Amino acid sequence: MKPYAVIGAFLVIGLLLPLMTVMAATLLSPRKPNPIKQDIYECGLKTVGETWVQFKVQYYIYALIFVVFDIEVVFLYPWAVAYNQLGLFALVEMLIFAGILLAGLLYAWRKGALSWV
Amino acid sequence: MTAEQVVFVLAAVVTLGSALGMVTTRSVFVGALWMIAVFGGVAALFILLGAGFLGIVQILVYIGAIAVLILFAIMLTPRVMGDPNAPRYNRQWPLVAVMASALASLLVALVLRTDWPLAQEGAPTITGFAVELGKGFMTTYILPFEVASVLLLVALIGAIVIAREE
Amino acid sequence: MGTADFVEIVVKSLVIIWALLTGFAYMTWFERRVIARLQSRVGPNRVGPSGLLQPLADGVKLMFKEDIVPAEADRALYLLAPLVAVVPAIMAFAIVPVGPSVTLFGRTIPLHLADMNIALLYFLGLGSLGVYGVVLAGWASNNKYALLGGLRASAQMISYELAMGLAVLSVVMLAGSLSLVDIVNAQAGGRWFILLQPVAFLIFLVTMIAETKRAPFDLPEAEQELVAGFHTEYSGMKFALFFMGEYIAMIAISGVAVSLFLGGWRGPFAEQVPILGVLYFFVKLVAFLFFFVWLRATLPRLRYDRLMHLGWKVLLPLSLANVVVTALAVVARDTGFFGLW
Repeated sequence: MKPYAVIGAFLVIGLLLPLMTVMAATLLSPRKPNPIKQDIYECGLKTVGETWVQFKVQYYIYALIFVVFDIEVVFLYPWAVAYNQLGLFALVEMLIFAGILLAGLLYAWRKGALSWV
Repeated sequence: MTAEQVVFVLAAVVTLGSALGMVTTRSVFVGALWMIAVFGGVAALFILLGAGFLGIVQILVYIGAIAVLILFAIMLTPRVMGDPNAPRYNRQWPLVAVMASALASLLVALVLRTDWPLAQEGAPTITGFAVELGKGFMTTYILPFEVASVLLLVALIGAIVIAREE
Repeated sequence: MGTADFVEIVVKSLVIIWALLTGFAYMTWFERRVIARLQSRVGPNRVGPSGLLQPLADGVKLMFKEDIVPAEADRALYLLAPLVAVVPAIMAFAIVPVGPSVTLFGRTIPLHLADMNIALLYFLGLGSLGVYGVVLAGWASNNKYALLGGLRASAQMISYELAMGLAVLSVVMLAGSLSLVDIVNAQAGGRWFILLQPVAFLIFLVTMIAETKRAPFDLPEAEQELVAGFHTEYSGMKFALFFMGEYIAMIAISGVAVSLFLGGWRGPFAEQVPILGVLYFFVKLVAFLFFFVWLRATLPRLRYDRLMHLGWKVLLPLSLANVVVTALAVVARDTGFFGLW
């Protein structure tokens, strides 16, 4: 429990730093807003259409593959820590585990899901 | 109250408050952000229970991966980005209200009926949790461990097939 | 926890934050001076001797700058974004041991804030939180450039996170622990992990630059196409906070890299004279920071498809292969296959 309590205390202190700088700046800085100043920056032009434009589906596919492999990495961490104490059997198990996921990566690769188009 | 209880109340308030924020906001994007706050609160609860490993994994997987996926999905969907005049409810709300209250009363009844065992000296701490988990993966829980990789593989292939269909 | 423990934690936290702030300020000076030197210029040299007071002048200037919030921005998220960019970077340094234990006022004080048994997962978790500073800034600004920059940044960061996690994993296998303190201790006697894990070191080196969005991986803020990317609309102190986040993240990630691969604070006589350990750590840290600056002055920016290619088709398979090779080597060592090790 103790390291987490320390981290919690550090989080509180760490939050104070940016909050205090922003607050100090708010007190010290001038504030003279006008409509042109508060416009969206777009090289002097008005934004054409909605800000929200639809993005490439490729971003989503990367995120999907990422989720799968992120979970794999999380699974591998406890295995890696205990690896010293486990030996050959653990190696074989991990090779099967990683091999199955490698097949997934190869599939994604072959399907072109990893290529930015 | 002890410090632990204070933190517990804070984490619980953050979790529940964010959940409320998530279902009441009009913007899907902001709703997703509230959901991330819920994940954070749950991670804090895990850590309070002495399962630091699970708490960190909660952050790593749910906030770091799944929430990113959800945000990308929202960004990719045209015209869901918070039409301020969109109706807040659809026609099915009475049905949903009935279902939700039924589920809620079931949960409350369960919580009240359960005889919660209380640890004598606060929450038990699990030291070397990651090592024990790793050993467990290689001995008792070897089948679930390997099945998990197959599940992930199926999820990956299915996701690619669906996402690339258009 | 007694009062003394509490005081110790608060004092250490304040010292770390003070050090990171000073480090940030002088990192900007260091970077400008070094880049100037590499480009045959002089760099800032007017404020104080060799321009040493330049960061102070910049800070004061930023304090008095007007903070312009675009009319169409989401004000709450607009304020939240720079905070989310800074805080995880600061938090990451909590697990880095900067020296051996010292004895002060009759107390043995270890020179790290928290020795977690899952420190490295905590570090990776903070890295994934760092994505949100950028995403929030892009979304809250309600600006096309900012949004594109935020999206690019998040896709880039998740792509390189995997390879980073797997590179760290091979070190974990050698040390048998996720705690940075244990990992530094495992490198006692000059058995630095850079010697045993050169491939993991190279992968970590590339991914740490990509994760901090530094050149040549600075596509999220590619000024020729995206103005300033996710912080296009930011000004004044909030703009400065994004820079603070980026530089503190560089310092923290370098600290982790030093502990993982270069033996942390370890070096000749560091255990007898703790201050030497801190000095060694500092020198190694500065070497990494110099490398960051050097790269920025040397390499042109990657194209986005090349960036994704490198992350997914080169670094990810390579780091997986490295894990497998390491696993084989550890088994060979433990079963006495090589006889020597």
